[in-house]
Amino acid sequence: MPMSYFIGLSVVMFAMGILGVLLRRNPLVVFMSLELMFNSANLLFVAFSAYHQVLDGQLFVFFVMTTAAAEVAVGLALIVAIFKAKRTIDLDQMSSLKG
Amino acid sequence: MSLNEIASLHPFFQLAPLVVFLPVLGLLINLLVGRRLGEKGIGVVASLATAGAFVVAVLLAVGLAQVSEGGTLTLANWITLGDLGVSWSFRIDTLSVLMMLVVSGVGTLIHIYSIGYMHSDVRHNEDPGRFRRFFVYLNLFIAFMMVLVSSDNFLMLFVGWEGVGLCSYLLIGFWFEKGADGIGNARAAKKAFVVNRIGDFGLLIALFLLFYNFGTLNFAEIFEKAPAVAAAAPGAIMAITLFMLLGVTGKSAQLPLFVWLPDAMAGPTPVSALIHAATMVTAGVYLVARSQALYFEVPAAQNVVMWVGALTALFGATIAVGQNDIKKVLAYSTISQLGYMVAAVGMGATVAGMFHLTTHAFFKALLFLGAGSVILGVEHGHAHAHAKETAHGHDSFDPQDMRQMGGLRKRMPLTFIVYLIGALALAGIAPLAGFFSKDEILAAANEKSIAVYAVLTAAAFLTAFYMGRQLLMVFFGKPRSGASEKAAESPLLVTLPLVILALLSVFGGALNLPGSHLLETWLEHSLAEAAPGEFVLTVALISLGFALLGLYFAWLVYGRKPIFEKDQTDPLQRPLNGLFTALANKWWVDELYHAVIVRPYQSISQFSAGAVDQGVIDGLANGMGSLVRSGAKAWRRFQSGYIRSYALTIVFGVVLVITYLVLR
Repeated sequence: MPMSYFIGLSVVMFAMGILGVLLRRNPLVVFMSLELMFNSANLLFVAFSAYHQVLDGQLFVFFVMTTAAAEVAVGLALIVAIFKAKRTIDLDQMSSLKG
Repeated sequence: MSLNEIASLHPFFQLAPLVVFLPVLGLLINLLVGRRLGEKGIGVVASLATAGAFVVAVLLAVGLAQVSEGGTLTLANWITLGDLGVSWSFRIDTLSVLMMLVVSGVGTLIHIYSIGYMHSDVRHNEDPGRFRRFFVYLNLFIAFMMVLVSSDNFLMLFVGWEGVGLCSYLLIGFWFEKGADGIGNARAAKKAFVVNRIGDFGLLIALFLLFYNFGTLNFAEIFEKAPAVAAAAPGAIMAITLFMLLGVTGKSAQLPLFVWLPDAMAGPTPVSALIHAATMVTAGVYLVARSQALYFEVPAAQNVVMWVGALTALFGATIAVGQNDIKKVLAYSTISQLGYMVAAVGMGATVAGMFHLTTHAFFKALLFLGAGSVILGVEHGHAHAHAKETAHGHDSFDPQDMRQMGGLRKRMPLTFIVYLIGALALAGIAPLAGFFSKDEILAAANEKSIAVYAVLTAAAFLTAFYMGRQLLMVFFGKPRSGASEKAAESPLLVTLPLVILALLSVFGGALNLPGSHLLETWLEHSLAEAAPGEFVLTVALISLGFALLGLYFAWLVYGRKPIFEKDQTDPLQRPLNGLFTALANKWWVDELYHAVIVRPYQSISQFSAGAVDQGVIDGLANGMGSLVRSGAKAWRRFQSGYIRSYALTIVFGVVLVITYLVLR
């Protein structure tokens, strides 16, 4: 398969991720969109690693996945805490830092 | 003249720091526990502190009689900064010890007098609590004066110079809530401080120039290098000496900065005697005498000093003729006599100047203290005469107005006798102290410049005239008010110092009698070229003749037909019509300064405060503030609090950065 397929798929995934983060008001969906962006990057890592016959990219993907898992754990905990305090998880309600 | 670290030469020299620390000890005791000591205790502590300083000064003099070249004693290093090294050192030589003797000797007598005087004064002014404060200030003054005269470098001298200025300010404004409109005294104190600040500015510039040209501020080193520096940069020495002269005109009340001294009479009378007649105002004379090595290098500057002194002597004497306040007459007389001293040190007759400084300290302190005794007596008489009608108070009554006195000779005989001695000594009647010292100055002037001689002789004539006028107005004729009718002699504590000072005024001339020249042989160890003062018989006879003539004229005008009414016009008013008005109004110098300097200065200040400060500077600051605020108002719309818009901003930012990196 030509390299351009992987790159194209990755770009589409990343763009969907960005739009998801910017447009959705449900934090769970926002997290999913974030995962989408992570994985578009992971896809490129793996693809280029195979293309160049170097293991570094494969290795890096594991780090990204670990970090993403940790981040989601923290994020979900925050969402639970916010829900307890505000009785809602709508992102637009969380605007106490308005200047 | 070699001054080394030779404090070990004579054991007495080790005592030198005590002249400063004994008065400081006295003031600390009074400050800390004075409240419990009572008036007697406070007075005794303060007087003992000053008397102790006098004893130390005497011991130093004894030491100097054996080791005449003196020595320096370093107490502490003050500043060590690159080339600049200034230490707190005591210079013990004949000149400084002479000043110490005068300051602490006259000071002790005035302290003793003040115990009696202030006892009445604080009650007259209805605040007995200030008795202690007065003596604390007096001791502080003595301490600073000692710092001034004992220093061995210009910077410590400046410290003392400023310190005595501060004490002068504090004591002029001692009754700061009294005086015209309730701020008259405070205003007088402020005037003295501000005018002195102008003079001190000159002295400070002189110090900077000294350090710049000599690289040191130490007396001995500067005077040693003076000829070399004068050869290399004559302009520098000229500038130094003239700026120093500006300082002298401030502190010693010379033209054009003399205006503060008459107003300084707002202070209690012992203060006028101690600070504004005998000691502090002579600091300028001391400074020129001390720096004579510099003045000898620039004859032009010497001439300026001489003329400033001579003109001041005449100018002050003329104004004294037209005054009616007993202390104002003495104040202008002091200005005039200081003019004599400055003229003397200016023409190089340093010994004559120091001689006159010493005798003047005796008889002018005597006159001021005598005036204080008169004021006490008149106040007492006033209280007595109006004992029944206390309701209307003493608002229209001025115990210092000579027109309200008269006939006090019989009521206060002792005060009269000592006052007479002081007045005759001041007028220069032989064989009192003033005759010899004034004569030495006149003889020196006669040699140096006939014009200065004529000016000084005219001043001597006027001196005799106004002192005769004062004597006749105060002590002779008939009492012109109920107060002077009922006046009473002052207590012993007040009159005793007067008697001692009177004796000094009589015999003070013996210090430097023609023929013996005691003071001159004493001072020649510290003064580079002590000009030999010669006794010229014709000069002496002429000055004596003029003095007698002045007294005679005074008798003609004020003695033959005494003034009867207290509001009668002055007998001089008719023959000298416009001139006398000018004298009575002090030649309108205050008004002139007010119009030429104070007014424009005030309008400049007004402009600076209004247009410049409030307009430009505040405008700048406020403009910056409102600029930031309106900027912030625009920017805060971006701080919406919506996470998604922040995310959008981040995306835009990343896109921009990447675009830049790609297209670079």
